[in-house]
Amino acid sequence: MTSTTITWESETVPIAGAALHVARAGAGAPLLVLHHDVGSLERLPFYDALARRFTVLVPSHPGYDKSERPDWLRSVRDVAVLYQWLLAERELTRDPGRVSLLGLGFGGWIAAEMATMAPRAFRRLVLVGAMGLKPERGEIADQALLSYIDYVRRGFADPRVFDRIFGAEPQTSVLEQWDLNREMTFRIAWKPYMYNPTLGRLLGSVATPALVVWGREDRIVPLECGEGYQKALAHARLEVLDGAGHFVELEKPDELAQLVTRFVTEA
Amino acid sequence: MHLMYFTEQPMSAYPEAEGRDFGATALMLSNRFFDPVAGSRLYNEYLEHYRLAEAVGFDGIMLNEHHNAPFCMQAKCNIFASILAAATTRVKLVLLGNPLPLADNPVRLAEELAMIDMVSRGRLVSGFVRGGGQEQLAAGVNPAYNRERFEEAHELIVKAWTEPGPFRWEGAHYQHRVVNPWAVPLQKPHPRVWIPGVLSKETIVWAAKKRYPYIALSTAIDATKKIWELYDSVAAATGYAGGPEYRGYLQRCHVAETEEKALANAQQFMWMQGEFTGLAHPVWSSPSGYFSPSYRTAFVEYAVGRRSNPRGAAFEDQLRDQQIVAGTPKTVIPKLRRLLEETRPSILGFWASDGFVSNEDAKTCIRLLGEEVLPALRDIGKELGLWSPFEANAPVSLRFPEPARSAAARV
Repeated sequence: MTSTTITWESETVPIAGAALHVARAGAGAPLLVLHHDVGSLERLPFYDALARRFTVLVPSHPGYDKSERPDWLRSVRDVAVLYQWLLAERELTRDPGRVSLLGLGFGGWIAAEMATMAPRAFRRLVLVGAMGLKPERGEIADQALLSYIDYVRRGFADPRVFDRIFGAEPQTSVLEQWDLNREMTFRIAWKPYMYNPTLGRLLGSVATPALVVWGREDRIVPLECGEGYQKALAHARLEVLDGAGHFVELEKPDELAQLVTRFVTEA
Repeated sequence: MHLMYFTEQPMSAYPEAEGRDFGATALMLSNRFFDPVAGSRLYNEYLEHYRLAEAVGFDGIMLNEHHNAPFCMQAKCNIFASILAAATTRVKLVLLGNPLPLADNPVRLAEELAMIDMVSRGRLVSGFVRGGGQEQLAAGVNPAYNRERFEEAHELIVKAWTEPGPFRWEGAHYQHRVVNPWAVPLQKPHPRVWIPGVLSKETIVWAAKKRYPYIALSTAIDATKKIWELYDSVAAATGYAGGPEYRGYLQRCHVAETEEKALANAQQFMWMQGEFTGLAHPVWSSPSGYFSPSYRTAFVEYAVGRRSNPRGAAFEDQLRDQQIVAGTPKTVIPKLRRLLEETRPSILGFWASDGFVSNEDAKTCIRLLGEEVLPALRDIGKELGLWSPFEANAPVSLRFPEPARSAAARV
């Protein structure tokens, strides 16, 4: 990887009456990156790596991090519609097959819902440790039962990576943001918790080629959900990465960026 | 004064070491430790205590409910209220209260409460609560909409009680195409509503705006005074004067024949507060969205062990602040006088025993309270002008500015 500095810009886009914060960098085909339920740090080496090949858009989900909370929002499908709105607003979906979606964890669920709403609109769909499908055997970890720190720690195969990124004892301001994001997650994904019982059926319409990536040690969303996505999507491949948990983009940023880049750019 | 008897209905008959090893006695402590044989005995002992409380002169029996925790084995206050509607004849049945957000069908609650009011011949006081943090999880109810559900369910219940059906309800959290419960309350305009609370300013303000009495749950005297400052200022802004008839207080108070025994038994009040078996789990007790945003920093730090429970205090501190009062009737009366003088409530609940206090000691406590403490407090109440909502003929609410009376008496 080159060490060229990537310049990020951010803008605030009014969508459905709420100010949506969107960070943007790079050039090339557009790639919408959707973050986890715990939110996202503003800058990540993983985002930089993607921005070397794509026009990367990283919005904060409505009600998360820097985006305003729409009080009326009630479901993950509502969020998916807001992102369709954002893409339409930016005229990115006028010609089908330009924009690709990359969803991380909870953001993967949003991306999957978006794909079902527009089965041929996107170029590629990448889901990483995505929520959204009900596991048949295991369970999606319930953050309501875990402290802010324990929940995020659970998403790492290697606890040292958590320590390096957040500090062994994250600052209270970080925890408060995790709490705000958790509250927003509860507002839109409380019941059923972290899945949509009809999503599996609806995915059958999606013609978009998909890459499903899972950390082998994901203790937030079981690997069987990755297998479920692979089965439900018509054109999907599953890649399982060793030495990674739920936060694959934090533990294996280079590997994941390479996988994504190759998959999205291939003919 | 309106003097009430209260017990949390503690379920102390479980292996304590298991709770300690698990680290919390709430929500996820397995119910395989619940002993239904002991449970059956305890329910019947508590029923005996309630009847004794009526016999020795209490004006009311205060009931509550909690879920998935040994500190309170009453899982539905409407069930004991129904039992007591038939098993008592005089005392008010004061529910403090039904946790509204946990209900998916508030109309059903309105019906149950109407039945209790009729069976008890108009003795129901129907308080409403938000439910504890962990109870949102125990019931699978979204903590982020707790307050919205509380307010909407309250509106729906009062409407179901006071407006002839059928009508339709299309709310944000409750939708009922037909609201037309056959049973309606005996008391008109509707049974009195009292609102208990401990920490949330939002609830105090809400109660004061509705002109509902607020019952402070075992707060320290200084904190209680601040509650009344806030309540009275909202009352004034709303257009009425606050005062004793809007003020209730739940006092932990154990009396025994000797000072030593009273103090030893009063230690059991700490049983549910973490000193012996641990009640609260720092995460489960405060799910995101449940607590007031103004306490976000405090609860976030509590959740990761960076500060102690914002709700807790040590036994000695609670004795000093009179959050716990213990002694013989002779020594507790001056302490209770101080409480009445300084905070001027007209509704006083006695949380008399907790934890492992024996059946015999619990009954002795009720008897001593009834025979020696209550008469003294009635005199003090008269001297200080602490007239209860019943004595003062206070209005049911801002919206219904008249006292609650039996429909039979009004005809």
